[in-house]
Amino acid sequence: MADYLKCIDSEWFRHRLSLGVLAVLLTFVIITARLFYLQIVEGEAYRVLSENNSVRLQMVEPQRGLLFDTRGELLVDNRPSFDVTVTLKDAKPIRTTLDRLSRYAGLSLDELQSQVENRNGHPAFKPLVLRSDVDRNVLAAIEVTRFDLPGVAIDVNTRREYVNRSSAAHLLGYLGEVNSDELKAGKNPDLRAGDLIGKCGIEKAYDSILRGKRGGRQVVVNASGQVMRAIEQVDAIPGKNLLLTIDHRLQQLAETLLNDAAGAVVALDPRNGHVLVLASSPPFNPNAFVSGISHKDWEALVSNPQHPMENKAIQAEYPPASTYKIITAIAGLEEGVIDENTTFFCPGHYYFGNREYRCWKKGGHGNMNVEKALTESCDVFFYQVGLRLGVDRIAKWAQRLGLGSPTGIDMDQEAAGLIPTAAWKKQKTGIPWQGGENLSIAIGQGFDLVTPLQQAVMIAAVANGGIRYKPIVIKAIQDENCNENLDIKEKVMGQVQIRSRTLEIIRKALWNVVNTERGTAWRSRVEGLDICGKTGSAQVIERKEKKPEKEPNKRLENLKDHAWFIAYAPAQNPRIAVAVIVEHGEHGSSAAAPIAKELIRFHLQAEGGEDAPVFDQKTLQAMH
Amino acid sequence: MFDRRLIENFNWGLLGLVFFIGCFGLVVLYSSDTPAENSAGRILFSKQLIWFGAGAMLMIGSFLFNYKHLDRWAHVIYALCIILLICVPLFGRYVGGAKRWIALGPVSIQPSEIAKISVIIILSRYYSRVISSGGLTFRNLIPPMIYTLVPFILIIKQPDLGTAMLILIIAGLITVFVKIERRTFISILSFGALCAPLVWYFLKGYQKQRILSFLNPDRDPLGTGYHIIQSKIAIGSGMMFGKGFMKGTQNALSFLPEQHTDFIFSVLAEEWGFIGTAVMVFLCFMLIVRGLHIAYGCRDPFGTILAVGLTAMLFSQIVINIAMVMGLMPVVGVPLPLISYGGSSVASVMVAIGILMNISMRRFMVE
Repeated sequence: MADYLKCIDSEWFRHRLSLGVLAVLLTFVIITARLFYLQIVEGEAYRVLSENNSVRLQMVEPQRGLLFDTRGELLVDNRPSFDVTVTLKDAKPIRTTLDRLSRYAGLSLDELQSQVENRNGHPAFKPLVLRSDVDRNVLAAIEVTRFDLPGVAIDVNTRREYVNRSSAAHLLGYLGEVNSDELKAGKNPDLRAGDLIGKCGIEKAYDSILRGKRGGRQVVVNASGQVMRAIEQVDAIPGKNLLLTIDHRLQQLAETLLNDAAGAVVALDPRNGHVLVLASSPPFNPNAFVSGISHKDWEALVSNPQHPMENKAIQAEYPPASTYKIITAIAGLEEGVIDENTTFFCPGHYYFGNREYRCWKKGGHGNMNVEKALTESCDVFFYQVGLRLGVDRIAKWAQRLGLGSPTGIDMDQEAAGLIPTAAWKKQKTGIPWQGGENLSIAIGQGFDLVTPLQQAVMIAAVANGGIRYKPIVIKAIQDENCNENLDIKEKVMGQVQIRSRTLEIIRKALWNVVNTERGTAWRSRVEGLDICGKTGSAQVIERKEKKPEKEPNKRLENLKDHAWFIAYAPAQNPRIAVAVIVEHGEHGSSAAAPIAKELIRFHLQAEGGEDAPVFDQKTLQAMH
Repeated sequence: MFDRRLIENFNWGLLGLVFFIGCFGLVVLYSSDTPAENSAGRILFSKQLIWFGAGAMLMIGSFLFNYKHLDRWAHVIYALCIILLICVPLFGRYVGGAKRWIALGPVSIQPSEIAKISVIIILSRYYSRVISSGGLTFRNLIPPMIYTLVPFILIIKQPDLGTAMLILIIAGLITVFVKIERRTFISILSFGALCAPLVWYFLKGYQKQRILSFLNPDRDPLGTGYHIIQSKIAIGSGMMFGKGFMKGTQNALSFLPEQHTDFIFSVLAEEWGFIGTAVMVFLCFMLIVRGLHIAYGCRDPFGTILAVGLTAMLFSQIVINIAMVMGLMPVVGVPLPLISYGGSSVASVMVAIGILMNISMRRFMVE
């Protein structure tokens, strides 16, 4: 066969193998000796340890970080909650113990028993929560009868509390039990089943900062399960506090003004993108989620036609309607298809092909230049600008101003909106872009969709000269020693080059909208405050004509236009930019502009040093 | 074509041992598969029965052909195995934070398990050609180092520290068996000592954690430190006669982590006491001696080294697992052959046993 057989004979192998057997024997002797030592020599001691099961692991949960508003007002707190637990192994006989617990503390015996029966493999040595967040009477009753209740303990936990209940609910988010998908994603290896994590809003986006790190300890317990001493301890690291950019007073004012109508309000500081208000209506109460929301309540929330769970400020997409004329005007002036003196005559309608496109003002506006047209929101003027521009050039400017793509706010499920181009339509529907569509696009109808936050970013960019800031909700992160990390800097997402003359014209027109009698928001002017803005009335797309009219009134209500108002103030060095939408509010001037007006007034006056002027109650009452 | 001697030479003793150990393992698994009155059924137990059935098929498949074909096909087997290992990070699926599995049609396999055996085969082929009574020189050792390190690195990246270390240990044991020149041996040992910090650099955070908490269990009192303490309590509390079948409290109360895989020996020790562990250790010892005896009976170098390698694989897994649960070694996640729950563990062990039987059956075919 091969040469090697000559030099290696089986005797050589046998010699090596016997060495091998010796080594194996030695190893197994060591193992057996160790087993002998553990099981015979020290067996007694280990048996005692195992019978008491006396070494247990207790987790020490970290404090979750708190949330404060921009003025340091507490928005989300942790409060103590007292949970009644039972450790089954210590609570023998379990029936008697539950029976006593039910009598002493006035808890329903059936419910206690069903909880113990349905514990699904919960280990007997770990405390099982019977009742969470009990009141003082139950707590006192259990504390004084504790000697009679083996294995029953009061667990002091912290519970998330949203101080202002439903205020800013969409922004703050809420906590919920981690689900199996989130566990599998493995982003946080410390997560265990049953842990609470942020499910939406800031609670979700900043979960890793708010969460902290779990600690724990090995403790020796006595026969009735009481902790005798701790062997080892690893301290929990508390989560960090967040200071938000939100002004809670302003937020609450916005919510009060929305008065539970479906809609949203966003206010930004145009100088840095700080979000001052992010309100979505109708709201929900996040506290309901902390203790586990009942199926019925959840159904009610989900089936509500006004979608209270949706954060309309960032997730809802609406046609921008006449507010889009700002874009068309900028595009027209910048692309040079019109100049400030270009005049079109508005007889109240415009013919394209054989189709009549109407202006909202039946009698017509007469001769219009761009400034007048924007002030009076003349459709006919912008039809013709749209025709000259074509869809793609309008889309270019809309996109530059941040429409059609997410703003980049640190929140979940932000909608992108939609700014159509000819290519997009061809690809999506197979039908080429029609000339007539340029008309409707120019006045913000058709395929155009925007979110209230995008609108706020857009008008803020108009206000600050073309800078698109990333909307920021967190101003600072505060660590456990209350050191503030102010490193959260504003971030510029884009800088739009617009000629200063163009901006001047647009700004003048937006000022005229509010501050001249011909303007569409004349009624919302405030003496001494230079508010600039633009109204809009978005046609509701879901008009289904063949629906049976069971409730004609309700149907009509649902077909009313959405009211838009986007604004900034003051005209010189603007400090606040606002976008308001009220679903089915019909007219921007009557439903949306007053809300923006009150917010701007409050914000500028509060900033001006006058301490918290309570907003005008009369105006409020007049509105509702 | 069929040779009667194949039947006459069949190693019934080995089969009997495997059968005994397997049954003992199933009994322990049966007990560990009942967490706290959870009546969901003994799913793991029934699944393990299926694994054993499949394992028996693999074992039969592994002794039907002449093992000398393995010598001829060693490179092909090795190359296929490396390709599979490379595929793991590309097409594998995540289970518990690591990518170790790859789907081949309807079945998922762990290429790292195949790697163990294919490294043994290729090393046996190589050593059977360079072996000499004077021992291997450093030059001789370069190819086997490459053969070993390629899969080692691929597996440690998955990350699967246990299997990677196992491959290194098996390769080391085979190499020591075929004898290294004294001079080379000493220089390799000192080189290894120098390389240890480098290995440390490649380890993942949790792997470092495990080694550190083994060296100093106080480091991680909430994780592995706690597991080792609980495992020792379980083993020690078994005392001489054990708490009895299904009576283990450490086990039933879920104090033990991974009680049906890595820590199953603790369950055995708790319920069957020193008597049980001594019997199990003795059975394992017999299994290893059987393996070495097969090597002893084989008169062809490839077969001898192959038998030694496969036995070294079983041996190191047994020793590492038992030492680990007794707190003598870091917790690295090596299953106990024939006892721990798990399809891929059963499969690779049964293939190893099958090849051992193969060598034993054909020991008369010298030429």
